[in-house]
Amino acid sequence: MANVLHIVVCAGIVPDPLQTLEPVTGPTGPGLKNEMVLPAVLDPWAASALYEAAALAQKNPGSKLWLVSLGPKAKLQQVMMTVAQKAAFELVPIDGPIGGFPDAHSTAAVLAETIAAIPGLDRTKLLLFGGWESATRGAGVTLQLVGERLGITDQFQGVDQVDLHDDGSFEVLERVEAGKHQASVCAGAPAVLGWATGNLAEPRNNPQIGMGNMRTIMPALQKAKAAKLEANGLSYVSVSLPKQQRTTRVVKDLTPDEIAAELVAWIGAE
Amino acid sequence: MTPKNDKILVLIHGDESASFTRASLEAVTAGIELAARLSAPLTIGIVAADSTTAAGSLASTGARLLAVSGEAFAQPRYASDAAAVEALCRAAEATIILVPGTSRFTRVAAGVAHRLGGFIDTHITALGGTETIEATRWFYRQRIEAVLTREVRPWFLVLDAGTHAAFAGESGSAKVEEISVQLPEIRTTVRGLRAPATDAQTIRPDAKMLLVAGAGWTKKQPDGQIHAAEAGELILGFLHATSASLGSSKSLVDQGGEGEPVLPFLTHMNQIGQTGSTPRHAKGLSTCCHGEEPHVVGWRFIADRRAISLDPNCGWSRGKADVVYVADAFPVMAKVNALLESAKK
Repeated sequence: MANVLHIVVCAGIVPDPLQTLEPVTGPTGPGLKNEMVLPAVLDPWAASALYEAAALAQKNPGSKLWLVSLGPKAKLQQVMMTVAQKAAFELVPIDGPIGGFPDAHSTAAVLAETIAAIPGLDRTKLLLFGGWESATRGAGVTLQLVGERLGITDQFQGVDQVDLHDDGSFEVLERVEAGKHQASVCAGAPAVLGWATGNLAEPRNNPQIGMGNMRTIMPALQKAKAAKLEANGLSYVSVSLPKQQRTTRVVKDLTPDEIAAELVAWIGAE
Repeated sequence: MTPKNDKILVLIHGDESASFTRASLEAVTAGIELAARLSAPLTIGIVAADSTTAAGSLASTGARLLAVSGEAFAQPRYASDAAAVEALCRAAEATIILVPGTSRFTRVAAGVAHRLGGFIDTHITALGGTETIEATRWFYRQRIEAVLTREVRPWFLVLDAGTHAAFAGESGSAKVEEISVQLPEIRTTVRGLRAPATDAQTIRPDAKMLLVAGAGWTKKQPDGQIHAAEAGELILGFLHATSASLGSSKSLVDQGGEGEPVLPFLTHMNQIGQTGSTPRHAKGLSTCCHGEEPHVVGWRFIADRRAISLDPNCGWSRGKADVVYVADAFPVMAKVNALLESAKK
């Protein structure tokens, strides 16, 4: 028997990981140099959450999937051109700042307010998805704070698998220490699930899904509400690049035996 | 509330052996150091099925000890743990709450901070400052380092594991104040822990050495064939001989989902980098991996780095490793394993 789910995925946009990042300090605090022109992608762990959500919604007819994303409208539009071809969803955009330096509590407040106002969302059926950490701030707290603001007290982080049962309950596997999973059974929605990688590969681009999504994405982007994020007493003493450059010794002329001997000596050295 | 007259609370929890987790004891050290520097009172809050047994190991801290105990707190779960931590924070009236970065407490710390009208910062790697608290953490997956501070309280600081020495004071008799907790409706039942379905546990956070396997292990070799089985034996042989932890590049783990040859003992849990973990080990050896930035960001806390790569211009050779051996990893690792095994005899 299928369960009707209302799945909301919170996903930010982040600089493409291959880009060089350089911090700069502006009038509103730290940011990235040329941040607005850096190519962006959907946050990787949140993207896993989106793909898992889409698969879950597809298996449970009547379910709905919303993607809530906070970022500059122009950047959201650029990223959605690709993401929209991966999974069918309704975009709920919020026009706001990009990057990892704004306070997570402010971000969570804006997201919770936006989710609470989604027309037709039944919060008794709500599964709140997202990445367990972002690739920008990487704090791992935003989704949890959104859940608290929405009054959800069944929360799971580092999720790799969810198995939905006929009665609406589900088993969830969360990452814990030492490469293990904690298995739990939750009575059902509402719940918060912060995803790690999950088990699904990135879906191939599907232009049909893309066209369907874009019919609602463009009007949604035009109507996106602007959000300002408060600092909440957070200030930065310094923001810098690490001194990461090492003087690499490139060894080209040793035999496998010689390399192995050198490695074994290195492994044994304190 | 303002930063003046801070009161410090360190939250800790028990592990399966009825003692405290290493990360918890590291947080105790951080709390003792911070309390001394700020001349602030220190309280330690314990969440465990049986708090009194292990609390003796904290006797020499001189801290006030509060505890939430009972079967409901034997296992990690959001609803019960959040209620426990909230009760401890309210009882301690703390303004600074130091939290070990364990999966159990990172699951609930932000939620409790919100309940108390406070704020949280996580993945803290150092606490500095003179009269204030300045916290160091990384942004953009360990690519940018920042030092931050907050004027508002209560302020939760979640400490990364491995950043402080674990507290190891003399055991003694400790007075523990039990705090009662009003549990909410419990809708989640914890079934227990599951290890990945592999022949051996390959993720060892306490290991001195990290071995990373890249996608090159399952590519065609000079004879035109793929030798995935041999690659698996070499990698597991090295882990057996050194007790190293095994990491992987994303591309190698992803191959499983794309129908390409795989190393059956690898899962996404082994993945290091942008969408994987950032482990802490003294040494790291990369094999058959290009060393590009999305992967190498996961090596931030690997002090001594070496790589074996066929490509002399790979990412590792551009200032990301200390030594790069331009060689085929198959014969090198076979010889390394043989030398390690003979040394054991």
